[in-house]
Amino acid sequence: MTARTASLWQIRQPSVIPGFGLALGVTLSWLTLIILIPLSGLVWRSSALGWTTFWELATDQRTVNALRISFGTAFLAALINVVFGVILAWVLVRYRFPGKRVIDAMVDLPFALPTAVAGIALTTLYAPNGWIGSLLTPLGIKVAFTPLGIVFALVFVGLPFVVRTVQPIMEEIDKEVEEAAATLGANRLQTIRRVLLPGLSPAVLTGFALAFARGVGEYGSVIFIAGNLPYVSEIAPLLIVIRLEEFNYPAATAIAAVMLVISFAMLLIINMIQAWSRRRYGYGA
Amino acid sequence: MAHDGTASPAGSGNTELVRVATSEHRLARYGLIAAALTFVALFLVLPLAAVFTEAMRNGPGEFLTVLSDPETFAAIRLTLLVAGIAVPLNLVFGIAAAWAIAKFEFKGKAFLTTLIDLPFSVSPVISGLVFVLLFGSHSLLGPWLQSHGIQILFAVPGIVLATVFVTFPFVARELIPLMQEQGTSDEEAALSLGASGWQTFWHVTLPNIKWGLLYGVLLCNARAMGEFGAVSVVSGHIRGLTNTMPLQVEILYNEYNFVAAFAVATLLALLALVTLVLKSLLEMKYSAQIAASRRH
Repeated sequence: MTARTASLWQIRQPSVIPGFGLALGVTLSWLTLIILIPLSGLVWRSSALGWTTFWELATDQRTVNALRISFGTAFLAALINVVFGVILAWVLVRYRFPGKRVIDAMVDLPFALPTAVAGIALTTLYAPNGWIGSLLTPLGIKVAFTPLGIVFALVFVGLPFVVRTVQPIMEEIDKEVEEAAATLGANRLQTIRRVLLPGLSPAVLTGFALAFARGVGEYGSVIFIAGNLPYVSEIAPLLIVIRLEEFNYPAATAIAAVMLVISFAMLLIINMIQAWSRRRYGYGA
Repeated sequence: MAHDGTASPAGSGNTELVRVATSEHRLARYGLIAAALTFVALFLVLPLAAVFTEAMRNGPGEFLTVLSDPETFAAIRLTLLVAGIAVPLNLVFGIAAAWAIAKFEFKGKAFLTTLIDLPFSVSPVISGLVFVLLFGSHSLLGPWLQSHGIQILFAVPGIVLATVFVTFPFVARELIPLMQEQGTSDEEAALSLGASGWQTFWHVTLPNIKWGLLYGVLLCNARAMGEFGAVSVVSGHIRGLTNTMPLQVEILYNEYNFVAAFAVATLLALLALVTLVLKSLLEMKYSAQIAASRRH
């Protein structure tokens, strides 16, 4: 027994498995080097700005608009994803139709396709002369180069988060619950609304939060389709990049700090939903 | 059959008259399937199809000319190099983290798991920004690096660091639930039979987790090769030197060189398709050995 493991003895329960010191040592050093030091650098730099400067930078009109656009479009996209993600998950879990397996695999495309590729592809599709854009233009709907384009890109990016969070929970639903509801005289819509959906709600909420969090920070797929008009269709991550290119590091740092604080708050909320749902329903979302 | 929605009372061909109470009306089912398929077509299938169509717009000849461009070659080489460094690093980290977290009980475990997941909730642009703030010429380390001739930003090390940051949780996230599920009894048996710690790891643990490990590496690699935001911030966009494939796509696209942009994008789309196929195969054949964590 080396001195190192002996000193760790108090913080962990005894075990015959070796390698705790080495494994935890590697984990903590790597975590510190790659994640903690760089992130605390950001925290340190933004606190070095001083409260007044920080507040001025964070409440600059262009910054506020960019943050509002990022969070607003991400919220809308996550809502759309909740509706279609739940339908898609339901169809994949409950129904049989040709090509189901391919579609199930396709759901993960946004995880696998580089965001820049998704961005140029969506722009080409939804541009006024694109395959879909040319159909929408006569109806007076403009998608590409407007905030609506941002929403579309974020729907693409966030879709798998909702489907993959909800799908496993749907697979676990006990059919007996639905049978009981039907026996007691509930029609199908009532069963879905009052029996199935409440049980799914923690998973749906988690999926929503994950898609929302991802959408807020998304950059690659959005910048091509957004049009990037300051105050109108300029997202916060893009504004960080613009400030960096202007060597305006304080402004870039301030926007990043605001985004980080909100993201971590959301991470906390996701964890709370999961803890709550484990207590309430006996499974994590 | 249970999920078919229609009952088939023994011998009766009149299935639609008797509807199972635990499924929707036939029209509702068709409606939902149609809605789901339309959504998938609009947001997943058509974008993918557009990549290939646009790349081939001027025929396969031009497609090949574009791909044999030296700058494209340099971008491919850099992307492979970066993924070749970042993925193994995160592989080793992922195994170490999963070993510590899944095989032992210690204080602060939940907090450590949260910290590992942290990069998932950080915008890619911020992931790049933190390294600019750390190593840039105006930073604490900047002047020291400069005087020693060490180039991190706008060079390969910076791109690797940003990629490692972004792909940090992938392998660990896949392995932790899997190894937690498997418990420690196999390892305890091996150890009690006289195997050393490393022997136990190589001959007992690794075979148990190999498919889950491969699954994690697959996802980690896809993200490493496709990362855009973080790499874009630290790369400096020096053509032929610090452009990865996604950055090359951006540059060509912004120059209105659409065929070339989509040609490079095809390679990345193919990578994504290969990733999806391998992922589905792993899920189908080794579902038990891939952690029940299908979400990422």
